[in-house]
Amino acid sequence: MTWDVALILAVDGLANGAIYLLAGLGLVLIFSVTRVVFVPFGDVAAFAALTLAAFETGRTPPTIALVLTLAALAVFTEVAGLVRRGEHARIPKAIAVWGLAPALPCLLAWLAARSGLPAALQIAATVLLVVPIAPLLARVVFQPIADASVLVLLIVSLALHFLLSGLGLLFFGPEGSRTNPLASGALTLGDGFTVSGQVILMVASALVLSGLFFLVFERTVAGKALRATAVNRVGARLVGIRPARTAMLAYGCASLLAGLIGVLIAPVTTMYYDSGFIIGLKAFVAAIIGGLVSYPMTAIGALAVGLVESFASFWSGALKDVIVFSLLIPVLMLRSFLSTQADEDEEEVDQ
Amino acid sequence: MSRSALRVLMLIVVIAFALTPLVVGNFTVSLMNDIGIGALVALGLVLLTGVGGATSFGQAAFVGIAAYATAWLTTTQGLSPWIGLLFALLLTGVSALAIGMLTLRLGGHFLPLSTIAWGLSIAMLFGNVDALGRHTGLSNIPALRIAGWSLTDPRAIYYLIWFIVGLAMLFSYNLLESRPGRAIRSLRGGATLLASVGADAYRVRLTLFVTAALLAGLAGWLYAHMNRFVSPAPFDVRASIEYLLMAVAGGLGQLAGALVGAALVLVLKNGLQDVLPMLTQRAGQLEAIAFATLFIVLLHFARGGLMGFVRRVTRDRFKRPSPAAAAAVEPLPHRQLPARGTRILSVAGAVKRFGGLVAVNEVSFDVDAGEIVGLIGPNGAGKSTMFNLLTCTLPMSAGQVRFLDRDIAGMPQREVARLGLARTFQHVKLRPHMSLLDNVALGAHARTGAGVLKAGLRLDRVEERQILQEAKKQLDRIGLGERAHELAGSLPLGTQRILEIARALAADPVLLVLDEPAAGLRRQEKMALGELLRKLREEGVTILIVEHDMDFVMKLVDRLVVMNFGSKLVEGVPSAVRADARVQAAYLGSVV
Repeated sequence: MTWDVALILAVDGLANGAIYLLAGLGLVLIFSVTRVVFVPFGDVAAFAALTLAAFETGRTPPTIALVLTLAALAVFTEVAGLVRRGEHARIPKAIAVWGLAPALPCLLAWLAARSGLPAALQIAATVLLVVPIAPLLARVVFQPIADASVLVLLIVSLALHFLLSGLGLLFFGPEGSRTNPLASGALTLGDGFTVSGQVILMVASALVLSGLFFLVFERTVAGKALRATAVNRVGARLVGIRPARTAMLAYGCASLLAGLIGVLIAPVTTMYYDSGFIIGLKAFVAAIIGGLVSYPMTAIGALAVGLVESFASFWSGALKDVIVFSLLIPVLMLRSFLSTQADEDEEEVDQ
Repeated sequence: MSRSALRVLMLIVVIAFALTPLVVGNFTVSLMNDIGIGALVALGLVLLTGVGGATSFGQAAFVGIAAYATAWLTTTQGLSPWIGLLFALLLTGVSALAIGMLTLRLGGHFLPLSTIAWGLSIAMLFGNVDALGRHTGLSNIPALRIAGWSLTDPRAIYYLIWFIVGLAMLFSYNLLESRPGRAIRSLRGGATLLASVGADAYRVRLTLFVTAALLAGLAGWLYAHMNRFVSPAPFDVRASIEYLLMAVAGGLGQLAGALVGAALVLVLKNGLQDVLPMLTQRAGQLEAIAFATLFIVLLHFARGGLMGFVRRVTRDRFKRPSPAAAAAVEPLPHRQLPARGTRILSVAGAVKRFGGLVAVNEVSFDVDAGEIVGLIGPNGAGKSTMFNLLTCTLPMSAGQVRFLDRDIAGMPQREVARLGLARTFQHVKLRPHMSLLDNVALGAHARTGAGVLKAGLRLDRVEERQILQEAKKQLDRIGLGERAHELAGSLPLGTQRILEIARALAADPVLLVLDEPAAGLRRQEKMALGELLRKLREEGVTILIVEHDMDFVMKLVDRLVVMNFGSKLVEGVPSAVRADARVQAAYLGSVV
């Protein structure tokens, strides 16, 4: 391996790492607030990429139908709950929140697909369109069992991934697609070594977004509420924070991140309906390096995963994923070695 | 239902299984074979996840390791499938041991997440190794032969599969009703509980993990020689999820859940494969969706699975046959108690800091054989922390503890328990879904030695009867002998504390350490408890007790150690302590 190759691989790794960083942030956000390991995160990103591809080829994105289906399910869950509790007065509001609000980006996307808008607006429509996905899924699937054990939530989450990838195949079909580059041109760094504009865009977005994340968490009331819920759910409830609402905020933010990831990655990788899973899992490796709670450690982990992946692919393209996932084992060992054994009673299986 | 009725029922089931291939078509026989193989894997998951509380998303990888091992050995090396069985089990066992040793110390959700990682990696490895045929896999695997008789026909291998399933069920049933089984069933109670009876939670979990993997390996071996072709796809994470779905659908709480779940999932899958193509052209996709939806709905509404439901319905109607009174066996050997008056425990300068907080500060006291020593003090004085230090539940920051002339500071808690220091907990640690008898029998863990293999093959019966006899004796002693087969969770909290004393006594302790045993007891019960403790003292057992009920303590103990703000205030006989001005000030506030 020469220095040139190493440099190219390092830049490649940096770009991958930027994606895993964003995904890792989303995963840590959801986990810390809701204790759900959100496996379908990558699927949402894949849906965003495929939506953008549909826009570019002038088709109406099938995501609209997907979001509307989920919204219908969410309205049904919500209304059924309200009727059971006899709170009929709140039904119109529920329909507005869970049915009409998600329908709004659908309408926008539908209009955008009609009129052949410029790329920037298509991208905006794409990201807006996927934002309701995670909150809707959470409302239907996770909120009714919010008090279940982490393990049950994890199993449900994994099943939900398979459900989504099935839906993805149904709505998007098996073909892969790649979108036009968002940034053209390249930066020449002396000696004939260039970095493509897309890579710079990816790394820059990751930096800006994580900076934004930090600001939101440190400086806004909503961010503080998220942090409070993450630290202690009961305590947060006692000071008037609604865990269900904070959870929705977390899911919404994560969905937004997933949408951005999809848009950023679509020009450099051919995305299929199920490509998200592997992206999500690698982000997990990063998030686990951060113990699923620490944002800065997740960022370092994401970079490490990106670099290892890129160098591993040089060594053996077929086994690069095996190498990345095997990386998890020493990480976990280190974590369990460092962590003081907290002895928690595990929950019983409901009989 | 009586015992004999149960036997007849079992016999009918066995005969029904034996006759099935004679009356049904080829397709159903093949389906039954698949169900048997699925049930083996699901059985491992019921043990590992349902009973042991460790979720695995990688069980299909173990099926794959075994299937590929035997496929490789029999096709490329031309060896017999029976050697393939040994090789497959060996390889699966060693892999499980290695993976388990690396990952089983992980807490909470990290363990299942790591199983996704190795589950994916192993399946990917199959598809990328040249010797294993990459994505095309290995074909032309020889069929099994027993005494010259080839098991090519699905009807022939049917008997082998179900024979093995039957044996595996029996093995698992025996295992759960035994010494290692009780430890496995207590895994969910936490490592501290197991350590307090001298068991190592990590080792118990590792053994369980390997056992579950071996069941999956057995399934993999059968799979390879039944289909006579292996490829990577049936061993990926998706397949692992399907096995987990079987276990959850059947009911993670019961062994039969594995069988019922495998049947439910595979029959449904077949049904969907028949029905969906008639409705739509995208049947394959809808099948995956239907399954995932079903799984989620199950976890929302019926986490106990089908057998959990069946059990809820039948529990009230049929009482479990209460075991016939077994003939008396030789009691478990007792340990030699130290002579009265010898020093058995001495704490010197014990310090415990939690960050900046000094919870226990330079506390020293001694306990002699045959006395009852009380440790008292106002709330927050550091009594429970002191207890955790001298039982080695918490590591000490500084100081020394000697027990039976050995320095135990820094020793693992289970080693201290094995030396003869038994304890109860302030926050009761019992297994609510286990019977009183089983809970107490867990206490005798360190006095006995039967392992998984011995227990599964029923070679531990004499020892098991000794354990149960000892447990019954201790239950009788605390006056709960009549309720031996009730579930511990149904007892009121005060009685649960007493039950913990019985569990501690089953360990045949030299020193009994009791953390607030009288809390939540009524007056009559307290008097009975006092009687019991005095009787134990007469028998030579030494007792150290933390208690808030002054009346109870003052009448009971020989000596008192009073703590306040983490330090020792005074030490002496009850009357002297009662008269001490500093103690009165600590409890009531000083007059000045």
